[in-house]
Amino acid sequence: MVSALPPLADYAARLGDDSLVLGQRLGEWCGHAPAIEVDLSLSNVALDLIGQATHFLGLAGAIEGAGRDADKLAFHRDVMDFSNCLLVEQPNGDFAQTIARQFLFSHYQALLFEQMAQVKDERFAAIAAKALKEVNYHATLASDWVVRLGDGTDESKARMIAGLDWMWRFTDELFAMDDVDAAAIAAGAGVDKAALRADWDARVDAVLAEATLARPAARRAIVGGRVGRHSEHLGHLLSEMQFLQRAYPGASW
Amino acid sequence: MYTTDLSGKGKAETAAAEDPAMLATFEARVAADEFIEPKDWMPEAYRKTLIRQISQHAHSEIVGMLPEGNWITRAPNLRRKAILLAKVQDEGGHGLYLYCAAETLGVSRDEMTEALLSGKAKYSTIFNYPTLTWADIGAIGWLVDGAAIMNQVPLQRTSYGPYARAMVRICKEESFHQRQGYEIMMHLAAGTEAQKRMAQDALNRWWWPSLMMFGPPDDKSPNTEQSLRWRIKRDTNDELRQKFVDITVPQAEAIGLTVPDPALKWNEERGAYDFGDVDWEEFYAVVRGEGAVAKERMQARQKAWEDGAWVREAARVHAEKKAVGNRQLAVGAR
Repeated sequence: MVSALPPLADYAARLGDDSLVLGQRLGEWCGHAPAIEVDLSLSNVALDLIGQATHFLGLAGAIEGAGRDADKLAFHRDVMDFSNCLLVEQPNGDFAQTIARQFLFSHYQALLFEQMAQVKDERFAAIAAKALKEVNYHATLASDWVVRLGDGTDESKARMIAGLDWMWRFTDELFAMDDVDAAAIAAGAGVDKAALRADWDARVDAVLAEATLARPAARRAIVGGRVGRHSEHLGHLLSEMQFLQRAYPGASW
Repeated sequence: MYTTDLSGKGKAETAAAEDPAMLATFEARVAADEFIEPKDWMPEAYRKTLIRQISQHAHSEIVGMLPEGNWITRAPNLRRKAILLAKVQDEGGHGLYLYCAAETLGVSRDEMTEALLSGKAKYSTIFNYPTLTWADIGAIGWLVDGAAIMNQVPLQRTSYGPYARAMVRICKEESFHQRQGYEIMMHLAAGTEAQKRMAQDALNRWWWPSLMMFGPPDDKSPNTEQSLRWRIKRDTNDELRQKFVDITVPQAEAIGLTVPDPALKWNEERGAYDFGDVDWEEFYAVVRGEGAVAKERMQARQKAWEDGAWVREAARVHAEKKAVGNRQLAVGAR
């Protein structure tokens, strides 16, 4: 189903949903990471992402103009109205799988926000400019771990390869363009994501080389997140995240 | 988050075997409220007591991430989710400074972790109770962090410098945690009937365990006297417990919640609340590891540690490779 939001609001919601769903996933690690320092860094990234989600979903609601705020969008939409990319909803798996997801996504998000910080629509530009500082740190953090795990022990290398292998099929979707992107560009808010691909490839390849890892083989892309066609994982994530709002309708927290 | 010594009865450390002149100088410095620093001479019993207390405190921060972490993915809105993430992250940070403070006494973080995971080291009994509803997140901030502050504010003047300094920063953050917890409770207590019920139920379940956080009554606390003399502690367990009750009861009343103690009564003469007996049998059972979710807590820590072993090993091996590479570069550059 196509999202019920008008195109520019949908564009903001896609950005917000990416950050929200990934932040939610990282929150699952809290208290369970391989070392205290890692626990703190993952929570830190989660916190940044929840902040971004709050801004972008708030903007989506404001553009829609139907009285929905960020919480209403986060906690009262079902799977078919969520428009995050499939990559961010993938399960944490082991630490290498979590790092693979973060690495691939944060480099995309960094390139996206570099461009978005320059767009004419100041609302989008301001959120992107603020988030860019955070996201550059996320990309560095994840890249450092890809290198450590890739060029660590035999076991860590095998796990890093498996993690990248799990995530790789969802990377093409990051750069796919559709009518919503075109409308956002026309409105002075959007970024040509297809044009980010070459820089993303270069950044990812440089880190993989340092990590002594081969680039995963190209494969058939799995897409659909932007128009509400998700993996089975998202429904479970939402049922957990939305539980209180659904169980106590109308309550304020 | 917790600082009361949980070592068994009769195990109080003594300074009997120390050089009397060194001991006298040390005790004079402590009595003059000077800080003892890592390089200074200290009695072995002082060092051991501190290691035990600081590491218990650190373990409590780390295990304490679990009951609250249990609600991060279910926080009711984005603001609450961000606050809770930041709070639990603070607790992890506290654990980290405290492990560092303990390391200045000659014990490694790995040794302390090993002691926790083997069950040899204790952590606060409070974290062996489950977080069942969102109101428990409010109750933990309000009561558990509130009790922790009561314990920790005096420790900013504890005699061991690194511990005292860690406590200054920790207390600032705990004070924010306490306020956010109370704010959650205030909001629930002013909410729907279902939310009020949730808030009252959380208070009912967390009240007595919170009073237990101050440790056994003074006449059953084997280390109190020595620890007070060495200014590792600055107040007795019962003094702190009374202070907590006196401050917290009006806070409950202010938001329309009832403290679950029929014996609770203002005593005009003492200028303090009289309150009922804590169930010490339950406390000692929880100390022994028989708390409702003690097994789950230990299992979660053990799983995190075991599942993370390959990650820590990879980081170590990679750092070694880098160090060798750097040395080779340095040789090549000559």
